[in-house]
Amino acid sequence: MPTEPLLTAEDLHLSFGPTTALESASVEVHAGEVLALMGPSGSGKSTLLHCLAGILTPDSGRVTYAGRDLTALHDNERSALRRSEFGFVFQFGQLVPELTCVENVALPLRLGGASRRAALRSAEAWLERLEVSDVAGKRPGQASGGQGQRVAVARALVTRPKVVFADEPTGALDSLNGERVMQLFVAAARDTGAAVVLVTHEPRVAAYSDHEAVVRDGRVRAREYVR
Amino acid sequence: MLGLLEGGPRHGYDLKRSYDERFGQDRPLAYGQVYSTLARLLKNGLVEVESEPGAGPERKKYAITDAGVSDVTGWLDRPEKPEPYLQSTLYTKVVLALLTGHDANDVLDTQRSAHLRLMRDLTRRKNDGDLADQLICDHALFHLEADLRWLELTAARLQQLAAQVRA
Ligand SMILES: Nc1ncnc2c1ncn2[C@@H]1O[C@H](COP(=O)(O)OP(=O)(O)OP(=O)(O)O)[C@@H](O)[C@H]1O
Ligand SMILES: [Mg+2]
Repeated sequence: MPTEPLLTAEDLHLSFGPTTALESASVEVHAGEVLALMGPSGSGKSTLLHCLAGILTPDSGRVTYAGRDLTALHDNERSALRRSEFGFVFQFGQLVPELTCVENVALPLRLGGASRRAALRSAEAWLERLEVSDVAGKRPGQASGGQGQRVAVARALVTRPKVVFADEPTGALDSLNGERVMQLFVAAARDTGAAVVLVTHEPRVAAYSDHEAVVRDGRVRAREYVR
Repeated sequence: MLGLLEGGPRHGYDLKRSYDERFGQDRPLAYGQVYSTLARLLKNGLVEVESEPGAGPERKKYAITDAGVSDVTGWLDRPEKPEPYLQSTLYTKVVLALLTGHDANDVLDTQRSAHLRLMRDLTRRKNDGDLADQLICDHALFHLEADLRWLELTAARLQQLAAQVRA
């Protein structure tokens, strides 16, 4: 691709005590693309995702987002950047159980300073887009797994982030539900121009990506092969 | 067969034995097949004969040429056209990569990449299509996924396989 990457990890090393999770991992994410991180269990996919998202700081190496070195930012600058530029979807929605689904989706906007009214209106539109308007007033505990993940996708996209990080977003769903979530997720991300970094071990989920990168033993193998 | 010569020159019968041992589970090679293949490889310059005095065809030793080595490398680097039931060809490639010191992970990664490319096309077609398209594409997608699962399992067992193959 000719353009500058939006997000880059260069030569990341990270150990948890005696366990080496990343060993010279490098990867590039371009604006608007869907990149699948694949590879065996324990190979370092989630750790790499967390480093790219500025949740974990590598022992050495550099993560650059839009020209800024994430590893050099202060914690509060980094959280501010995460809140305004990134969105997250995890395997189990991780929605706030005490709030209704629509309030969950509105929450990031509220934290960003939007009025309650505007935030709820926007949240409702996103729920509709993900075909889960019917659970808007319910608590996450009363929604099905597939509905919960759609709510989580809505919450990740509501702030119109530049990058959405998704770690096994369909891992807990059956294949029909998982596919529908991926279809809606990727279509919505493409509409908003968000890049997606998607960790998955399911080939049919990875087939929604533009490229794949394979993580093995804490390194990233070639991103894609020539035809 | 060519790949098996990378380990060193061999007689035809020797080559047949080692082929059958590794790949001939269902159908061992016939001697005629071995010699006709060797003749073709010889004609194409991929093998050469190391002559032993007074030798008939059974006594000739065949050695791989440089062109032969790059032919094997080219084959290993090239993904198979993704279609269901490729396992036996892929298995042969992986074993051969291990035997000849090529990176077997590269073979698997190249294949995964080719499979995913086709799966992306099918996924796009499915999502743009009607129910019939969806069902037809899903059938192909599930089969390709099965291949990929096999690739992942094989990748996870490469060290074990390498130890066995090289033993
Ligand atoms: N917080 C932690 N403390 C200690 N070790 C950790 C921690 N997080 C990850 N690890 C270790 O680091 C390595 C990489 O883990 P990681 O979670 O990145 O793998 P993964 O590729 O996401 O695996 P999976 O597919 O099973 O989710 C593993 O050996 C894991 O046990
Ligand atoms: Mg993980």
